[in-house]
Amino acid sequence: MSSTNNGTAVRAAGLAGRVNLQQYVVYFGFLAIFLFFAVVLKDSGFLTVRNLSNIVLQTAPATIMAIGLVFVMSAGEIDLSIGSIVAVSALAAAVTMQTYGMVPGIAAGLGCGLLIGLVNGVLVAYVRLPSFLVTLATLGLFAGVSRSMTDLRSIPVTNEFFTGFFGSGSLLGIPSLVWWTVIAVALGHIIYRETRFGAHVLAVGDNARAASVSGISVPKMRLAVLMISGGLAGLAGLLYAGRLQAAKYTLGETDLMTVIAAVIVGGTLLNGGKGSIVGALVGSLMMGMLNNGLILMGLSVSDQMIVRGLIILAAVAVSLREKSR
Amino acid sequence: MTATAALATTKPVLALQDIRKTFGGVVAIENFSLEVYPGEIVALVGDNGAGKSTLIKIVSGVHAPTSGSISIEGQPVAMASATMARAHGIEVVYQDLALADQQTVYMNMFLGREPTNALGLLDRRRMIAETEKLVTELDVRIPSAHATIRDLSGGQRQGVAIARATHWASKLILLDEPTAALGVAETAKVEEIVASLKTRNIGVLIISHSLDQVFKLSDRICVLRRGRQIGVRETKKTDKNEIIAMITGLQQS
Repeated sequence: MSSTNNGTAVRAAGLAGRVNLQQYVVYFGFLAIFLFFAVVLKDSGFLTVRNLSNIVLQTAPATIMAIGLVFVMSAGEIDLSIGSIVAVSALAAAVTMQTYGMVPGIAAGLGCGLLIGLVNGVLVAYVRLPSFLVTLATLGLFAGVSRSMTDLRSIPVTNEFFTGFFGSGSLLGIPSLVWWTVIAVALGHIIYRETRFGAHVLAVGDNARAASVSGISVPKMRLAVLMISGGLAGLAGLLYAGRLQAAKYTLGETDLMTVIAAVIVGGTLLNGGKGSIVGALVGSLMMGMLNNGLILMGLSVSDQMIVRGLIILAAVAVSLREKSR
Repeated sequence: MTATAALATTKPVLALQDIRKTFGGVVAIENFSLEVYPGEIVALVGDNGAGKSTLIKIVSGVHAPTSGSISIEGQPVAMASATMARAHGIEVVYQDLALADQQTVYMNMFLGREPTNALGLLDRRRMIAETEKLVTELDVRIPSAHATIRDLSGGQRQGVAIARATHWASKLILLDEPTAALGVAETAKVEEIVASLKTRNIGVLIISHSLDQVFKLSDRICVLRRGRQIGVRETKKTDKNEIIAMITGLQQS
């Protein structure tokens, strides 16, 4: 602080003028959309406790996926495969559970996510293929796998502990999906902001060469973030299977765009080096609220997709403007 | 001539002996020997392609020499990686600075070597305190340790990179063209910081294209031409004409 006085007043004033728009845009956006729906949909039940808690429950899997994506994007990579990991993991869990019971089922679900993350990670970190292309390929590949796994059939999940633990249950009066969200966000935030691992992820995304000459293993970090993302997408698959008491290849299909939008709106830069887990949570809730409100307003599925697309465009525009300053 | 008196009694922090480096069949460095003493600034000069960058990479552990030996305080060392060089107390200020632009000054100071507390979490308080102490000592004028690198000027960034090297270097700092991208006032400030490193009892090896700067800062000048060491001169006993002649090869001796 003592170095502030040495004729740097001008510079300090310049800094104050540069308000970081992107960091706060999600909170203003969230409030604005909330107020808009609260007024417009006042008679359609938007403000009921039931509806609002529904929004939180419905966004839980997307929020969990968004946490993983914050790590990936902060490291300067992208993971598109989360869109199909959800279904593969849910199906693997459901099928395994039918014959071997719950614990192997959970292991199979999470294992699928981690394994696909490992494949992505090895190809990106060690074979040095661009993550966009690798995960675009695995997105398509595992969308095919989930379809062929059960011939497009839906697999019921009947284990009551499982459906309670991952879906409709509650503990201390708080729904389990809220627990999952809170725990994942809290843990994710601490790891991202307060550990060396998080700092190294940001360093790799910010300046991989600087990270490398500082002794950080860049490939290891790239592998790690893609495995985190895969694992969390697998967990999202379990949450879907728990809540819907069934697994199907369509699970998570439309989440990819929502999750990317939530993460970018939440203040994570596309090119890495900066991001926010809490921002991603608020972004995810905002996207969920948007979906909910648009449905209540009577918009068709196709109209909802158009609105979501426009929001992503706006978010990306703000994000890139920030980066190029 | 206190520096010369000190040279007689202390061990060199860095001693390069008969360094030779070939890439395939091409000889990049041949018969290179140089000693750097604590509290001394040695300038490495030479035309483009003379082998300065290769030498920097050898000293910083990026390239292993084909033959010859590297000693640190009299102990021969093998340096197979940049991490090993750092472990031996050698820090490099790269031409591109190797700073993470969107992180704070204090995170950059500790990049890759962040201290943690008992819970395994980042010890920010310590990082900030140590950063502010060093930045004040070196008189690097930045708004605060919390400032983001991209909000700093070129000179301030260079100051941060040098401060980081100073924090970690126990033996030697390598500076690769520290003022190449800076304006006049910023260059003067960075030169001041570099000159102040002499009081810290570490060796400084600086590469620079500016002979003015070399004469202003260094105690000795080592000239490279086409991978060969042409000679080492005490800065006070030579002049620009002699150094230029050595660099270009027009010297009659």
